[in-house]
Amino acid sequence: MKSAVVQLPGLNRDRDMIAALTNISGKAPVTIWQTETDIPDVDLIVIPGGFSYGDYLRCGAIAARMPVMQAIKAKAAAGVKVLGVCNGFQILVEAGLLPGALMRNASLKFVCKEIKLEVVNANTDFSRAYEQGQIIRCPVAHHDGNYFADAETLQTIEDNGQVVFRYAAGTNPNGSVNDIAGIVNARGNVLGMMPHPENLIEAAHGGSDGRGLFASALDVIAA
Amino acid sequence: MINARVTVTLKNGVLDPQGKAIEGALGALGFDGIGHVRQGKVFDLQIETADKAKAEAEVKAMCEKLLANTVIENYTISLA
Repeated sequence: MKSAVVQLPGLNRDRDMIAALTNISGKAPVTIWQTETDIPDVDLIVIPGGFSYGDYLRCGAIAARMPVMQAIKAKAAAGVKVLGVCNGFQILVEAGLLPGALMRNASLKFVCKEIKLEVVNANTDFSRAYEQGQIIRCPVAHHDGNYFADAETLQTIEDNGQVVFRYAAGTNPNGSVNDIAGIVNARGNVLGMMPHPENLIEAAHGGSDGRGLFASALDVIAA
Repeated sequence: MINARVTVTLKNGVLDPQGKAIEGALGALGFDGIGHVRQGKVFDLQIETADKAKAEAEVKAMCEKLLANTVIENYTISLA
């Protein structure tokens, strides 16, 4: 199982992501720079969090239009798994790989804390290591995580089981519609989520609830 | 040279927490009778052409591809 981590100016969670992938898969991921269009043969591509291009224009908007994203779109279309966390999620929606948009938090405040997530679909390549309905802990750190989609899109993703993670009752930190924290595309090989599972994978982090996500994404590849 | 102004606003029904906060601040300053406040963005661009139709088509493409996120935003273009 081979993985890759995308690097863009302003992303700052790439080191955490590389550490998590290395820890869980036993193999360091390759890194991909924003101008690369020839992506190595990997099973999982991860776009980590941060503030690509200083969040100018809209979060993720400029990164989503860099050459590397065209290459990632082609890989996603070929069935390669793509995971976007935090700014990575914003980049995926801006690139049109996932439906909806991420807007300024309803509180207008940057939120940096631990919340609880409900695994609402444990039957995806990113969540099968969890139990259906399991409540897991996960850190969040963002200013623009307020998920929005029009009523029709929302109905479609809910009906298709594309909502994978919801903020558990009373922990929605940003005003996301339907408490949505993470979604997959219709095919199920592209997941975007605001919380940071890579920051809760070992005892030194205070818990390892985030491991399941990586174990799911990497194990399935191994199988 | 054609000057173009693009105005990007949130679509109806999209929550605008920043507009809400501004609405509250205006009320706190004593401005009465304010309806909804919605915040948007303005882009001024210079297009190096004399052909208005071409400039408009180009700016429209820019809006669709980058300047606006049409999932949540509308845009209008004015040329001068």
